[in-house]
Amino acid sequence: MMQFLLMGGYAVYVWPSVALALAVLALNILWARRSLASAQREARRRFAHGRREPV
Amino acid sequence: MNARQEQVNAPAVERQPANDGLARAVVGLARRDLRVALRRSGDTLQPLGFFLIVTTLFPLALQPEVSLLRDIAPAALWVGALLASLLALDLLFREDAQDGTLEQLALCGQPLASLVLAKTAVHWLLTGLPLVVVAPLAAMALGVPAAALPAVLAALVLGSVTLSLIGAVGAGLTMGMRRNGSLLAMLVLPLVVPVLIFGARATAFAIGGEAVAAPLYLLGAMAVLAVTLAPFAVAAAVRIGLE
Amino acid sequence: MAWVWFHRFGSPPYFYRVAGRLTPWFAWPALVLCLAGLVWGLGFTPPEWHQGDGFRILYIHVPAAWLSVQVYVVMALAAAVGLIWRMKVAHAVAASCATLGASFTVITLGTGMLWGKPMWGTFWAWDPRLTSELLLLFLYLGYIGLRSGFDDTARADRASAVLAIVGVVDVPIVNYSVVWWNSLHQGPSIIRAGGPAIAVPMLIPLLLMIVGFYCYFAAVLLVRVRGEILRRERNAQWIAEELAAPGAGVGSGGGSGAIAGTFQGASVPNSPAGHARI
Repeated sequence: MMQFLLMGGYAVYVWPSVALALAVLALNILWARRSLASAQREARRRFAHGRREPV
Repeated sequence: MNARQEQVNAPAVERQPANDGLARAVVGLARRDLRVALRRSGDTLQPLGFFLIVTTLFPLALQPEVSLLRDIAPAALWVGALLASLLALDLLFREDAQDGTLEQLALCGQPLASLVLAKTAVHWLLTGLPLVVVAPLAAMALGVPAAALPAVLAALVLGSVTLSLIGAVGAGLTMGMRRNGSLLAMLVLPLVVPVLIFGARATAFAIGGEAVAAPLYLLGAMAVLAVTLAPFAVAAAVRIGLE
Repeated sequence: MAWVWFHRFGSPPYFYRVAGRLTPWFAWPALVLCLAGLVWGLGFTPPEWHQGDGFRILYIHVPAAWLSVQVYVVMALAAAVGLIWRMKVAHAVAASCATLGASFTVITLGTGMLWGKPMWGTFWAWDPRLTSELLLLFLYLGYIGLRSGFDDTARADRASAVLAIVGVVDVPIVNYSVVWWNSLHQGPSIIRAGGPAIAVPMLIPLLLMIVGFYCYFAAVLLVRVRGEILRRERNAQWIAEELAAPGAGVGSGGGSGAIAGTFQGASVPNSPAGHARI
C-alpha cells in the first residue's frame, strides 16, 4: 500500500497528474450539466404556464 | 471609376462566355485595388516599417555581437515577417467591407474564390513582396552573409505567399468584428507555424552554407497548397462575414 | 439506409431525445473503464525498468493526447457536415467539442510536463508531442475565441466551421513540421517510454483508459449537445412538448438519475414524478 502511495519516489509527479486529470474531467461534467440545465430552465421559462407560443 | 464600373457591369450586361467575364473581372479588380492602395501608400508602407523596427529590436535586446546575431537572424527575420504580415492583413478586407465593395464582389456573379485570390495577390504584391525587397537590409544588419541572401529571399517569397493566403482566411473570418487584432493573430499564427519552421530553417541552413533544398521545397509545397485551397476558404469566410 | 439515420439524427427533437437516453450508456462504462484502467495501471502493472513508477503517468497522458486530436477531428467533421448540409445539430456538436478538446489538451500538457520533470530534469523540453499539443491548444482557443466574437449563433457556427476545416487540413502539416524541426536536434520524446514493444500487461490498462476516455467524451458531448440544441431551437414547438413530458430533466433516461448523484454529489435530485430541478 505504501509502495502504491509513494509510487517508488515519483509520487509528487504521479498523484498531481491524477488529480489534474480528475479535476479537469470533473469540471467538464459540471459545466456540461450546468449548461444543459440552464438551457432547460430558460426554455421552460419561455414556454411557462402552458403557453403554446414562446415568450 | 472605370475599373469598378467595368467589373460590376461586365457579367450582368454582356453575354460573353464565362471565362472572358471572369478574366475581365479579375483584371479590373486587380487594377482598382492597386490604384486605391497606391493612393494610400502610407498604409501599405507601415507594415514594412514595422518589420524593420522589429528586426532592429532583436539586436537591441541582445549584444550587438555578429556571431550571436547571425545565430538569431533566422528567428528575428521570420518572426518579424510573420508579425508584419499579420498587421498588413488589416488592409485586405476592412476598407472594402466598410464601403460595400466587398458585397458587390460577392453578388456580382463571378466566382468569389477567384476574386478574393486576385485581391490577395494584389495585397501580397503590396505588402509581401516589398517585405522581401527590404529584407536584405534587415538580414545584413543581423550579420547574414551576402552569399546566403538568395536562399533567404527565396524562402521569404514562398513563405510570404502562404502567409498572405492563410492570413486572408483569418482576415475574412474576423472581418465583421470590432478591431480585434489579437484574435486574428491567435487564429492565424498556429496555422502558419510550418512556414515559420521551414523558413527559419532554410535561413539557418543558408547562413551555415548547407543545402537549403529540403525546406525550400516544403515551403514551395505549402505555397502551392495554399494557392489552390485557400481561396475557397477565404471566399466562404468573406460570405459569412458579410451577412 | 445510412442516409435515413443521418437525417434522423440531424433532426433536433430526435437527437435531443435519443441523446438523453443514450447518455447513461456511455457515462457508466466511462466511469467503470476509467476506474478499472487507472487502478490497474497505477497499482497492478510492473514498474518499468528504466523509469520506475513514474511511467504510470502514461495511463493518463496517452489517452488524453489521443482524445485531444480525435476531438478536433470530430469537431471539424461535424462543422463540415453542418456547413454542407446546413444541419443545426452538427453545428451544435462542433460547438460542444471545443471545450472538451481543449480540456484534453490541458490534461496532456500538464501530465506531459509532470512526466518530463523526472525524465528530462525540466518541465518543458520542446518535445515534438508536447509542442504539437501546445499548438493544438492554441487552435482550440482560437476556435473558442472566434465563436465568442459573434453575437449571432448561426454566423458563429459557420465562421468557426471554416476555421475548423482549415485547421484540420493544416494540423497534419503542423505536426509534420514540428517533428521535422525537432528531429534536427534529436530531442527527447515522451512516447519512447511505451514504444511499439510495449508489453501486454502494460497495454491492457492503457486500452481500458482509452476506451474509457472515448466513452467519457461521448457522454459529456451528448449532454452538451442537448443544451446547445435547446439554445439554437429557441422557439420551436417541440421544446414545449418535450419539456412538459415527465422525466425530461437533466437526468432523463434509465437510471441516469443515479449517475447524476454519483457525478455531482447530491446536488441533483431527480424526483420520480417530475423533472429535475436545479
